[in-house]
Amino acid sequence: MIATRDAYGETLAALGAENDRIVALDADLSGSTKTGVFAKKFPERFFNMGIAEANMVGTAAGLAAVGKIPFVSTFAIFAAGRAWEQIRQSVAYPKANVKIVATHGGVTVGEDGGSHQSVEDVAIMRAIPNMTVIVPADGEETKAAIRAVADYKGPVYVRLGRNKVASVFPEGHKFEIGKGNELVSGTDLTFITTGLMTAQAQIAAEKLKGEGISARVIHIGTIKPLDRELVLKAARETGAIVTGEEHSVVGGLGSAVAEVLSEECPTLLKRIGVLDRFGLSGKADELLKYFGLNAEALIEAGREIVSRKK
Amino acid sequence: MPVPLCSMHKIERTPRKETFVKQKIAELEEKARRLRVSIVKTLHKSQSGHTGGSLSAIDMICALYFHKLRHNPAEPAWDGRDRFVLSKGHAAPALYVTLAEAGYFPAEDLMMLRRLGSHLQGHPDSKGTPGVDVCTGSLGQGLSMANGMALGLRLDGKANRVYAVLGDGELQEGQVWEAAMAAGHYKSDNLCAMIDLNGLQIDGEVAKVMNVASVSDKFRSFGWNVIEIDGHDMGQIIEALDHAESHKGAPTAIVAKTVKGKGVNIFENKASYHGVTPNDEELPVALKCLGCCD
Repeated sequence: MIATRDAYGETLAALGAENDRIVALDADLSGSTKTGVFAKKFPERFFNMGIAEANMVGTAAGLAAVGKIPFVSTFAIFAAGRAWEQIRQSVAYPKANVKIVATHGGVTVGEDGGSHQSVEDVAIMRAIPNMTVIVPADGEETKAAIRAVADYKGPVYVRLGRNKVASVFPEGHKFEIGKGNELVSGTDLTFITTGLMTAQAQIAAEKLKGEGISARVIHIGTIKPLDRELVLKAARETGAIVTGEEHSVVGGLGSAVAEVLSEECPTLLKRIGVLDRFGLSGKADELLKYFGLNAEALIEAGREIVSRKK
Repeated sequence: MPVPLCSMHKIERTPRKETFVKQKIAELEEKARRLRVSIVKTLHKSQSGHTGGSLSAIDMICALYFHKLRHNPAEPAWDGRDRFVLSKGHAAPALYVTLAEAGYFPAEDLMMLRRLGSHLQGHPDSKGTPGVDVCTGSLGQGLSMANGMALGLRLDGKANRVYAVLGDGELQEGQVWEAAMAAGHYKSDNLCAMIDLNGLQIDGEVAKVMNVASVSDKFRSFGWNVIEIDGHDMGQIIEALDHAESHKGAPTAIVAKTVKGKGVNIFENKASYHGVTPNDEELPVALKCLGCCD
């Protein structure tokens, strides 16, 4: 069990040794986002931009314009929120080769409260043309995703978390941008989840199996572009979909899946996520329970959606 | 405190050099006049775009492209090029006529400005226009990108320089000052910002809409080297650019007093010509002002 941000810090530093075009920028949070690991090894290629996210993103666009591969990090709320228009105009519009790796996404930020808990970042990043949006499930996927992102030419938003999360993928996992992963096979319904909710979906599927319900689990590491084929196949074969994400039900994975299903294969759907509201102060595990972001919520939704099929 | 230009930078005034400089200035002035004609014709054709701010910035852009920048129009992505960022992206016509004059693309393309299918978008777009390195148009973002370019070039040990042209209304955007702070902090002496101080913005006088004065003091307080000039005096422009290049340890801001609509008396100093193009009646008047007989 490691936090995705720790996997990022370690991988970015390793990439820094392999490719001197990689540079990193942070806005006074390098200890928390883990770009500090890179900064320590490559101080000349690390730019602390102070608490000024708009300029940080613009600076990264400029660095990309002269051939660098900038990784830009801060908390998700400040990266996607504060600097949204800079990401749109200076990064996505020109298709600049800038990687925005935001940590502290979702309610598991915990005690800092609603002001710091980004539940909209995936929605607002997904809305921008040219943007790729990635939400890894665990440390291994994060390591592989960061490498894939460094190789990919173009803007990417990667959303990571603050806390240690359960392991989903084995060591040496390969990440392919735009491809989902079927982790558990099943025929009665499909959990389509992202981020830390994927480990919860695996638990939920196991529990439902004991009740005679066969639940498929699909992890979506790339929210955009969405693996439409995998989603549609699950809809056709299982006839019921439950999505799960540590994000608002407005605009995130649940919305992305709903868009595909409603146009191409109308299917029973239940979205598990934050119900269009702001976060709160509390311990991360308390908050996940409070907002219904756990295996129990998925199990309940699974039972209900299977009963609706009949 | 404004520092008179002559006291900071003295060109060696040998008689031969004096003649050469005079000739160079005369050439650039004639080039700028022709570019103004091109701006007016382009905007008359497009019937959409920004006249006033294009005419106020054109002398500086002309001096950059035909005197200062190391660039190669035959190879827009040439690695050894200096970079230019038009942060006040609405002055795109000024940039486009300059790029066409330099040979980046055919002058006929100008007649397609802002048309569907044209590479000449309303505001500069690096994806389609040869010679444009970044996208601008949403004000306040160009200086950050320019400083990012400067940091990247320095990291590579390259001597290339980065120039950005900003508007004075644009200085109301907070990001400009974030960028000014960062460039000062990182001592980006390969960066030069030129401020087109034409005093007007869409809703009227900059001083009345939201006063940004003193621009020089603000840049100086962020650790910049500041030069104040008349932004239509070609001699002062090239002298300031030469000085900026030789100044080490800090970025340079050339704070240039300009006239919105400069060169066409019916447009001069009128906020109403910010985003208005010459109509059929105004075109011959404007061309006559610019010394055209056709």
